[in-house]
Amino acid sequence: MSAVRSDRSDRSDSAPSAAATAGGARRRARAVARLPLQLLSLAICLLLWQWASSRQLHLGFVTFANVPPPAEVLDAARALLDSPKLWPHLSSSLARVGFGFGAAAVLGVALGLAIGRSTWARLTLLPPLEVLRPIPAVAWIPLAILMFPSSEGSMVFITFVGALFPILLNTIHGAEAVDARLVAAARSLGTRGLRLFSEVIAPGAAPSIVTGLSIGMGTCWFCLVTAEMIAGQYGIGYYTWESYTVQAYPNIVVGMLLIGVLGMGSSVAVRRFGALLTPWYQIKGGRHD
Amino acid sequence: MTETPNDAPGRVDVRELSIELGAGADRFRAVERVSFAIPAGQFVCLLGPSGCGKSTLLGAVAGHLPAATGGAWLDDEKIFGPAPERGLVFQQHTLFPWKRVVDNVAFGLKMKGVGRAERRARARELLELVGLAGFEDKYPVQLSGGMQQRVEIARVLINRPRVLLMDEPFAALDAQTRWVMQQLLLDVWSRVKTTVVFVTHDIDEAIFLADRILVMSHRPGRIREDLAIPAGRPRGQEWLTSDEFLRLKRRCMALMRDEHERAFGARGEPAALAGAFI
Ligand SMILES: Nc1ncnc2c1ncn2[C@@H]1O[C@H](COP(=O)(O)OP(=O)(O)O)[C@@H](O)[C@H]1O
Ligand SMILES: [Mg+2]
Repeated sequence: MSAVRSDRSDRSDSAPSAAATAGGARRRARAVARLPLQLLSLAICLLLWQWASSRQLHLGFVTFANVPPPAEVLDAARALLDSPKLWPHLSSSLARVGFGFGAAAVLGVALGLAIGRSTWARLTLLPPLEVLRPIPAVAWIPLAILMFPSSEGSMVFITFVGALFPILLNTIHGAEAVDARLVAAARSLGTRGLRLFSEVIAPGAAPSIVTGLSIGMGTCWFCLVTAEMIAGQYGIGYYTWESYTVQAYPNIVVGMLLIGVLGMGSSVAVRRFGALLTPWYQIKGGRHD
Repeated sequence: MTETPNDAPGRVDVRELSIELGAGADRFRAVERVSFAIPAGQFVCLLGPSGCGKSTLLGAVAGHLPAATGGAWLDDEKIFGPAPERGLVFQQHTLFPWKRVVDNVAFGLKMKGVGRAERRARARELLELVGLAGFEDKYPVQLSGGMQQRVEIARVLINRPRVLLMDEPFAALDAQTRWVMQQLLLDVWSRVKTTVVFVTHDIDEAIFLADRILVMSHRPGRIREDLAIPAGRPRGQEWLTSDEFLRLKRRCMALMRDEHERAFGARGEPAALAGAFI
């Protein structure tokens, strides 16, 4: 049995990549064939939305009376694109996510590698983190507003808390799962001290870390938008909430769509970046999603 | 870079070495007061049934396991902890999956602080030595099991070890590939001439490769027999079918059968047991 298996892999040295290319082409062809149906589904949803909002449909427990129709949302989106306020909103949100996510990534990965590999680090660092972990990041908002003199600081802190735990936990898991024989081999080849982390533990945990970063990026946006609605001044979440308070209802939907696009875009960016960092994992057929 | 010459010393002394495994109440002696001496440049096989403590003994010589009594010495230096002068090759899957083949092989030099261009050039030479020229830029998952073991050997040899410690390095390969790898190993060894301690449970493999076979006994692990293999080198297929080979094989089979009966009782039919070891 084992003879058959390794015999095949002996001959097919370039086969994995060839198979992947063929599979890719087939997947693409299938995706194109499915496109019309998917577009049709989207179009029907748009029509339903248009119909419900233009008829001001009222179902008792839910009403579409104040829901702007798609055409108005499109106009509002165009207006926002031309407006000088777009960039301040966008850049404040991006900067908050950037700082909060960046700090969470650095701290989460560093702590995760240490906790995953050292009993001492696990005993000293993990208990307080375990206590804080079940608290949702948005529950921190009131205390964060009290703790940070600037609302900017409190919002960055909320996004940081939101991203920290998925990154931390995935890194711990990845570091623990590094094969003991790889560590033994590295030590026999002369690896000492911190280089064991940079050469073996960190790359070995990299696929898990990328998963954590990608999940963390998602929660980051979720927490940011909530924090901006409460404490913000500029930012996409703030824009969405402000649109409600000034009764510019089409802008609410524009804000919602923008949040979706930014959240998805940055998650995809993290995954792409992760794929660049872990090329060997892509060959193996591992996928970051 | 100061290079150790190829004919560097590599005498291994193991004296009164015991190794304990497990924790708490489950702690037990996996290796019990083992002593032997291997002169520099000798190819020694540690032969014994599965679970008799071969890997444990090798792990202690590698420096990964502490001694409970006695110790191991390399050229009169007591062994504490792993070091690149004692290269360790495992059964499978211990290449770094995230490094290309050439960087896996160059890893030992990287740890010594050798520059990228120089260490890659040396890695290419070694890949050529093990017959893998042209595979430098592959990742380990893109190679077959046999090719991965070639890379393992090259990766260890780049440190110019005084002793090569191999733990059933070919056990996961199919028969054909294993035969190719055994010949390759002897060919490589004839050029680098380090001391080799090669762990196996395969009698044919031990007799084909070794200058000397240390047969281990089961629970606690001891050296049961010290067999010299008087055949000349280079060795080829003729050696495998010679009368002397068969005589040694019968001797090893008898020793292994004894061990098996000691471990599991004499219930198994002799024919089936003999078959299992061929
Ligand atoms: N880390 C460990 N803890 C407890 N027992 C172990 C450990 N490693 C191996 N053993 C046991 O010690 C004995 C010797 O193991 P090993 O040296 O791996 O044998 P071999 O390599 O000859 O097959 C076996 O019975 C095995 O089950
Ligand atoms: Mg073993």
